Amino acid sequence: MNFWEYLGTRHQQLLTDTYQHASAVFQCMVIATVLGVLIGVVSYRSGWGGSLAITSTSAVLTIPSLAAIGLLIPLVGLGVPPTVIILTLYGLLPIVRNCIVGLRGVDPSLVDAAKGIGMSRTRRLFKVELPLAWPPILTGIRVSTQMLMGIAAIAAYASGPGLGNEIFRGLASLGSANAINQVLAGTIGIVILALLFDAAYVLLGRLTISRGIRA
Amino acid sequence: MPETAAGPTESAPPRPATSGATIQLEDLSKSYPGSPAPAVDEVSMDIKAGETVILVGPSGCGKSTTLKMINRLIEPTSGRIRINDEDVTDMDPVKLRRKIGYAIQSSGLFPHMTVAENIALVPKMTGWSKSGVKDRVEEMLDLVGLDPREFHGRYPRQLSGGQQQRVGVARALAADPPVLLMDEPFGAVDPITRDHLQDELIRLQHELHKTIVFVTHDFDEAIKLGDRIAVLRERSHIAQFDTPEAILTNPTDDFVSGFVGAGAALKRLNLTRVRDVGIADFPTVTVEDPLQSIFNKLRDGQHNELLMLDRRNRPYKWLRRGDLMRAKGSLARAGQLVHDTVTRDATLHDALEAVLTDSGGRVAVTGRRGEFIGVVDMHTLMNSVQELLEADRLAAMEHEHDLEHLRAHRTEHELEGGGSGL
Repeated sequence: MNFWEYLGTRHQQLLTDTYQHASAVFQCMVIATVLGVLIGVVSYRSGWGGSLAITSTSAVLTIPSLAAIGLLIPLVGLGVPPTVIILTLYGLLPIVRNCIVGLRGVDPSLVDAAKGIGMSRTRRLFKVELPLAWPPILTGIRVSTQMLMGIAAIAAYASGPGLGNEIFRGLASLGSANAINQVLAGTIGIVILALLFDAAYVLLGRLTISRGIRA
Repeated sequence: MPETAAGPTESAPPRPATSGATIQLEDLSKSYPGSPAPAVDEVSMDIKAGETVILVGPSGCGKSTTLKMINRLIEPTSGRIRINDEDVTDMDPVKLRRKIGYAIQSSGLFPHMTVAENIALVPKMTGWSKSGVKDRVEEMLDLVGLDPREFHGRYPRQLSGGQQQRVGVARALAADPPVLLMDEPFGAVDPITRDHLQDELIRLQHELHKTIVFVTHDFDEAIKLGDRIAVLRERSHIAQFDTPEAILTNPTDDFVSGFVGAGAALKRLNLTRVRDVGIADFPTVTVEDPLQSIFNKLRDGQHNELLMLDRRNRPYKWLRRGDLMRAKGSLARAGQLVHDTVTRDATLHDALEAVLTDSGGRVAVTGRRGEFIGVVDMHTLMNSVQELLEADRLAAMEHEHDLEHLRAHRTEHELEGGGSGL
């Protein structure tokens, strides 16, 4: 059976896996974005707070994802929980770092102006600082998503959802007729998904970044 | 929030505009932890309603800090601030700042918002109605001389430095605050634009009568804009707080005269405007007049020279008696184009500059739309400058006399009261 025939017979399963992969990455990205921006907002003002946030999130990244997911299984079991935890944790770093860098990069004279015309702390954050820091934050989200696309494949190791199942199944049965097809289908599926997500982010940027600060 | 008279919080913007409020600073000090000397040391200042007060001094003298304590961007360590006799030292700073316009160097416009959104910020925050805000934005753009239709939807980066600064001022004035604080607002624009912006501010203040506190390190700017100038030395100690005339003619000490710089007599020219001196009539013809009548007018013998106006009554050419002959009767080639004109609001300094550049020794004065009003010549300028200086000298002598009197009085008082004032 060649690759195309394989796709033709298994497309039902592949589509389900692709959908689950995308959905897992998307949902974890939403959680990671909310958490990451929150951590950024809380810590960017203090020097050591920001460093602590960046260092601890990057420490998470140095743990090999396969090992991390393996270590989580005894704690939270198999399936969705370890997948969500791993993806969210790994997705945090680029967002936290870019959020802190972005917020710190806002021209202090603008913050001064915002204060001077009578904006409260929250209004300043939502009306001035976050909108101005949004382009770097969005870049962080993009980088995170790309990374999570790959890491999500590992989740299959813990019986998680997604295209990783195809890859693991193929790798486990190397030498059998469809092994290579399975690995290829999983990998190519992830690449296509990543490209689609990236395109969506470009569109999102167009829609949400003010024309006044778009590069 | 205790409102002053006609507060800007109603849904319909109040018109006529709120004019200025008094500001009193009482022994205002600011010290930073870890530095032994205070950055600002017990400044006291009474600013009248509707007055433009300039804080001027060398960099690092604390003038900006003093300004920022008025809207409490910097919290004073001690002392009180009163605006319209209301103690605002402990008021919620966010509410306080909405009643005080604030314009800074490099405009401080938010780059991700359009011009209209920037201007609408404060009125929106203070709860104006949507239509009220919209009308106000147009009105403010108009006020600072920008066409609302053209500039409404632009982003700050699509504006020149001078235009950004105008929008900055419009934003500061949008909610019609009685007080306007300006922190070196024209420091970052080129000299020509700065000159224009200064003229605009003078015009605005003519209409609005806000209380303006303006920080600059440029003494010429201070003279041009200030009703009174506070010359500050280090730690914001007031070296002299007086009218520009008094500071120019009678600086209290070497620090002030050093800061005033050389050429106080010349700087005096910046204080008087063309409309204050005699604008003389001048014989004119227009480009539409028949050639013959222009000839006749020149030959009549009454005038050596004529000013030719264009179709819209703007000065166009100086025509001398010989000019038409030499040009063999061709109007197009005859005469000298008018290079420079001044408005009635121009300073004598500008007028003198124009007169000196022009070989004829006079300059045409024009109105709002560039139409001809009259001329000012060298002679008029010289006379009025001499009169001015004479008047200043007399005023200075009187002032000196008063001071002497006061000092004598105080010494007497102190002797009696056992020097309790110290």
